[in-house]
Amino acid sequence: MAVATPVANHASTLNKDEILRYSRHLILPEVGMEGQLKLKNAKVLMVGAGGLGAPLGLYLAASGVGRMGVVDFDVVDFTNLQRQVIHGTKDVGRKKLDSAADAMLDINPYMTVDKFDTAITSENALDIIKDYDIVVDGTDNFPTRYLINDACVLLKKPNVYGSIFRFEGQATIFAYPGGPCYRCLYPEPPPPGLVPSCAEGGVLGILPGTIGMIQATETVKLILGVGETLVGRLLLYDAMAMRFRELKLRRNTECPVCGDHPSIHELIDYHQFCGVPNPSEVTPVAEQKAGYMSDTEIDAVALKARLDRGDKFQFIDVREPNEYQIASIPGAKLIPLGDVPKRVGELDPNTEVIVHCKVGGRSAKACDFLRQSGFKNVKNMLGGITAWSDKIDPTVPKY
Amino acid sequence: MAKILIPTPLRQFADKHDSVDLAGATVAEVLASLTQKFPDLRKQLFNDEGRLRSFVNVYLNDDDIRYLQKDATPVAAGDTLSIVPSIAGGV
Repeated sequence: MAVATPVANHASTLNKDEILRYSRHLILPEVGMEGQLKLKNAKVLMVGAGGLGAPLGLYLAASGVGRMGVVDFDVVDFTNLQRQVIHGTKDVGRKKLDSAADAMLDINPYMTVDKFDTAITSENALDIIKDYDIVVDGTDNFPTRYLINDACVLLKKPNVYGSIFRFEGQATIFAYPGGPCYRCLYPEPPPPGLVPSCAEGGVLGILPGTIGMIQATETVKLILGVGETLVGRLLLYDAMAMRFRELKLRRNTECPVCGDHPSIHELIDYHQFCGVPNPSEVTPVAEQKAGYMSDTEIDAVALKARLDRGDKFQFIDVREPNEYQIASIPGAKLIPLGDVPKRVGELDPNTEVIVHCKVGGRSAKACDFLRQSGFKNVKNMLGGITAWSDKIDPTVPKY
Repeated sequence: MAKILIPTPLRQFADKHDSVDLAGATVAEVLASLTQKFPDLRKQLFNDEGRLRSFVNVYLNDDDIRYLQKDATPVAAGDTLSIVPSIAGGV
C-alpha cells in the first residue's frame, strides 16, 4: 500500500540551487531562510489528488514543502481534465497518484512524495496520518470527511478543510488545538442522496482551484506560523456573486470527538454513520451479469431487449434539460428529478415505470418517490445513460 | 425585514432564488415565513419533529444561532440570516 521512504533528516540549510529557487520567499521577511527551512522540514498529507488536490499539490510543491504524502486510488479520466490541472491529457488512464507525483516532482525535485495507493479507511487512517504534521482534505464524500476529521482530532493534527458544490465553496481549519472540528460545525451528515455529487450536480472547473488555493495558503501559514489563519472561521465563497463571507466557528464543548468529555476515542464505521453502503461491499454494475432485472432494478442490456420487444412501460429520464441536450436514450421522456412531484400526474401508477439518469443516483431517488406515491411497479435503470453508452450504443456521448 | 441567503443546493426548492427578504421577530418566525413561501424547503430544513436538521446551520449575521438563542434568537430589521448546509465535493 504505502510507498514510504525513510524520513529525511531535519534540514538546517538550503543548497545553492534551492536558494536560487526560493529567492522570492527568502527576501520576504515573513518567510526568509527560517521560514523556508520550516517549509522544507514540513510534512503535509494531501488526501485526494483531484479537484482540490490539484492546485494544492502543485503549489505546495512549488513553495518548497519538503515532504508530501498523497492518498488516492483513482485513475485519471477525461472528465477530470476540466479542473484537475495536476493531470494532463497524456495522463488519462494513469493512476492519479503517479500523475500527481510526477507533476509535483517536475516542479520541485527537492522534495519527497510518499504515495499511498489506497482509499483512506478506518483501518489505515491513523497509520497514514501519524507521520505528517498537517492534513489537507481534498476528498469528495461525507464518510471520508468525518473519518479524516476524527482521525485528525485523535492524532491532534490540523485538518485544512475545503469543499465545493457547483459554484460554492467552504474552507476552514479543523482540529487545530483548542479549535473546532468538523463535527462541531456539522454533528451529522445529510441523508444519503440529498446533496448530489459533483458527477451528478456538476462543478465549475475553476472553483476547486480557488478553494484548493485557499487550503494551500492556510497550510503554508500554519507551517510558517504567520498571519491569521481560518481556525474558528468558516470562509464561504460564491463564484457567481464573486463574494466571500465568513462565519464564526466555535468548538462545541459537547462535541463527541473534540468536546470536553468526548465519547469517541477511536475511529468508527463512517459508511454506517453516513448511512451509505461501503463501496468495497457493493457489487459494481459492471460485474453483474448482463441482462440483469429484478423487481426494482434493470440493467442496460435487459432494458434494450425490452425496448426492442416493444414491451409496454413508461420510460422516464430524470436528468436536467441541459444534460438531455448532450445525449439521450431514444424513447425516454424527460421529467427532471425536481419536477417529478408536480408532474407525477403525467404518469400512470398502475403501469410499469423505468427510470434512468446519468449514473443511477437521481433515478433511484425518483423511484423511491414514485413508490411512496403509490406506483406499483417501478424499476431503476442501473448505471444510467453512462451504462447505455458503455454497453449498448457507444455513439451516445459520455459526460 | 431580514435578508435570508439561500445556498446553491437549496435553491431548487426555492424557485431558484438566492436570497429573499422576509419579516419575522425571531429566527423561528423568519424561517416559518420562508417555508410558507417555499413549502418544498420545509422538508429540507426541518425533520419530522419540526426541528432544524443537524446538517443545516443557520447564522444570524456571522453567528451560529446554536450559540445565540437558537430558534428564539431575535431578528432585527437589516439582519442577514444565512442557511449553510453541509457540502462534501472536492474532486
